Amino acid sequence: MTSLIEPSRGETPVEAFERHRAALVAARRRMTLVGGGLFAVAFVVSTIVGEFSPLNLAAGLPKIAAYVDGTLPVLRGDHLMTDLGEWYWGIDRWLRLLFDTIVMGFVATLMGVIGAFALCFPASRNLMPTTWIYFVTRRLMELARAVPELVYALIFVFAFGLGPLAGVLAIGLHTMGALGKLFSEVNENVEPGPLDGVRAAGGSWLETMRFGVVPQVLPNFASYALLRFEINVRAASVIGLVGAGGIGEELYFVVRQFEYVDISAIVLLILLTVSAIDISCERLRHGLIGDAAVRAV
Amino acid sequence: MAARVSDERLRYARRRLPGAFVRSPRERLLRAASWSAFLAFTAFCLWWIDADPMRIWDGLGKLGWMFTFMFPPSDGGRLADLLYAMLETLSMAFLGTLIAFLFAIPLGFLGAKNVIPGWVFHIGLRRLFDGLRGIDALIWALVFVNAVGLGPFAGILAIAVSDTGTLSKLFAEAIENVDPRPIEGTRSAGAGRVQAMRFAVLPQVFPVMISQALYFFESNTRSATILGVVGAGGIGLELSDRIRVMNWDEVCFIILLILVTVAAIDVVSREIRMRVIDRRNERS
Repeated sequence: MTSLIEPSRGETPVEAFERHRAALVAARRRMTLVGGGLFAVAFVVSTIVGEFSPLNLAAGLPKIAAYVDGTLPVLRGDHLMTDLGEWYWGIDRWLRLLFDTIVMGFVATLMGVIGAFALCFPASRNLMPTTWIYFVTRRLMELARAVPELVYALIFVFAFGLGPLAGVLAIGLHTMGALGKLFSEVNENVEPGPLDGVRAAGGSWLETMRFGVVPQVLPNFASYALLRFEINVRAASVIGLVGAGGIGEELYFVVRQFEYVDISAIVLLILLTVSAIDISCERLRHGLIGDAAVRAV
Repeated sequence: MAARVSDERLRYARRRLPGAFVRSPRERLLRAASWSAFLAFTAFCLWWIDADPMRIWDGLGKLGWMFTFMFPPSDGGRLADLLYAMLETLSMAFLGTLIAFLFAIPLGFLGAKNVIPGWVFHIGLRRLFDGLRGIDALIWALVFVNAVGLGPFAGILAIAVSDTGTLSKLFAEAIENVDPRPIEGTRSAGAGRVQAMRFAVLPQVFPVMISQALYFFESNTRSATILGVVGAGGIGLELSDRIRVMNWDEVCFIILLILVTVAAIDVVSREIRMRVIDRRNERS
């Protein structure tokens, strides 16, 4: 604390200090009380509205345990291969759907990257002198990323029909907004030197972007795009729950049909695929921008 | 215009530094090959997902037609119900995050290498976290809706379970990155392991934990809005119902309601986070 403690008349410095300390402690206590009070109100309201009670929990937990237990396959040591075969009876179909899911993630990411790349230069304050263009592109990207993918998917399934296309467009649109923001943040941190160089050599705005900015930002863009690819494969694996293609559709179907053992089989497959993609993308990202930068992102 | 370079000097530069003007044939071949491979793969993917231009065109037409029905947005005379559903969504996000936070503190300590030495336990616990967070909250919601029935309770559990994994991992990493000197200080003053955790580690990581929990509350508000689509209560249920019966003006209203709420929560939570972080800076 740097504030000066002025002893008022007839007060020793010690007393002044104690007075100041008491005031600080009281202020702190008030803050804690207000914060605690708000928290308590939020807690009580949300337990009532959210129908959350110990009774519910006591009734629910055994049911969840039973349900999860029901999804686990019977695997016996003496004929393990037969049991595994039975558990993964639909493996051919599921692998195809997983491939669908990855393809959806890829196309959606590509779509998002192209859209974000087009929008990010006008949406960077240091690169766009015209205020209204900056403002419009920013708002456009905000709108694209503020609506959850699943909401887009629900609507797109109506417009484009059931299947992966609706899912890809939904994820792609959301990705465009999310990546656009990250890209323009990268743009706002570029070295101004190369830009001045291109401008001094007579380069137009487009040429300044192409030769002044892009070489500086491309590794970061690629790294963000890969990160987004991981996220989008996850998204693609669940977007099928609303009929927009991929393995999620099958998952929704087996949950609805109470094909308990299939549920665990498919969830495990999704988990493995997603982690495999996470790990390989992280390797690539390390190669692109270096270890320290990956951790910082 | 910049000053022109004379042709003679240009020829000279071309001779001395050929790489600055044209790429070597080998490099050009490699580039062409990788671009064609990429484009071919993309074309295959587009074909695979059946992205027929006619279909996209038709879809866009339908989308535009839908859009005209979206305005003006209307609450369908059920504003109170919608607001209550939104409150339900917020409750789900709040309780889900709170439960995840409470579980993640002890799990984070257990998963940190500098608290529990020995890699077997560490690896095992970390894989458990990965497993929990690898499964999307929406899948958890689907499972819990089937186990405990429709309603916000399933949504709370879904958020709690999937975030316990993520928060535990983040907390464990925060604990692994603490400054070791306060630990040594408390230990040399005679503190036991638990006391060192309480007085040397916790004060360092607690503000980080609170700030991360708030950040997750923000993002959970977003995800809680859609959990209702699979029956886990809240505004998502209302939204998917309206889409099913094609009341586009009400759909638009609900989407706007979601956007406004999420933005408001973002502002409030950012404010609190700033305060929490400020307090930490003041202390250090």
